[in-house]
Amino acid sequence: MILATYFAGCLIIVGSVFALAAAIGIVRLPDVYSRMHAASKAGTMGSGLMMIALAFVADDLATATRALAGVVFFILTAPVSAHLLAKAAYAVGYRLWGKSVTDEMAEHD
Amino acid sequence: MILFFINVLLALAWAAVSGSFSELNLAFGFVLGMFALWLIREQVGTGGYIDRARKIISLALLFLYELAMSAIKVLIMVCRPKMNVKPGIIAYPLKVDRDFEITLLANLITLTPGTLSVDVSHDRRFLFVHAIDASDPDGTKQDIASGFERKIMEAFR
Repeated sequence: MILATYFAGCLIIVGSVFALAAAIGIVRLPDVYSRMHAASKAGTMGSGLMMIALAFVADDLATATRALAGVVFFILTAPVSAHLLAKAAYAVGYRLWGKSVTDEMAEHD
Repeated sequence: MILFFINVLLALAWAAVSGSFSELNLAFGFVLGMFALWLIREQVGTGGYIDRARKIISLALLFLYELAMSAIKVLIMVCRPKMNVKPGIIAYPLKVDRDFEITLLANLITLTPGTLSVDVSHDRRFLFVHAIDASDPDGTKQDIASGFERKIMEAFR
């Protein structure tokens, strides 16, 4: 039991490092599309790890299964919301960062 | 799909016979049912089901691995004092054409290192992918084609 607590503690620390990286990425990256990279990947990873940690130390099974279901739904929804934000941003004409190297989407439309 | 329900029924039967409906026993019953279906693969032709289950699991594992790698890559990238990013949008020519396959591919692409799906063209022939490092568009397309798209085609066709 004590081992599970230590393991969960490690998961929470690693998860919060990823959540921090997502936050730093949102501030530092140049445009909305690049920022979605940080928010969708590091953010999912961070919250996922923290919920897995909760599942490990939860006293009853119902809490554990709900935490794991939360991870699954996070993984299912994070890419969809990132995709929709990027698509909406492109549709209203938010430009790519000036130093972007290609935009093959503009050539297609 | 029918075989999946038969497998669930076998798991329930196992739970009824062994007299315990705990989660662990149901999971054990499911594995046992899968083994039973595997035993009769020659006579009834259930081999494809087992094979497909294995491929879907391998796709899920690849996905989790790629998610971890992409999160680590973002972590390293944002912590560098001088970020060297060359972002851009790439048009990826789709080989898969069914709705759920395109959805799955788009979601998988979003959670893998350095790529984010932005849109699908109206004729569904191209998937527009934003890459954080678009200095080598052909290499990125090659990676997607030989990675996730191939796995999806293996698992669902």
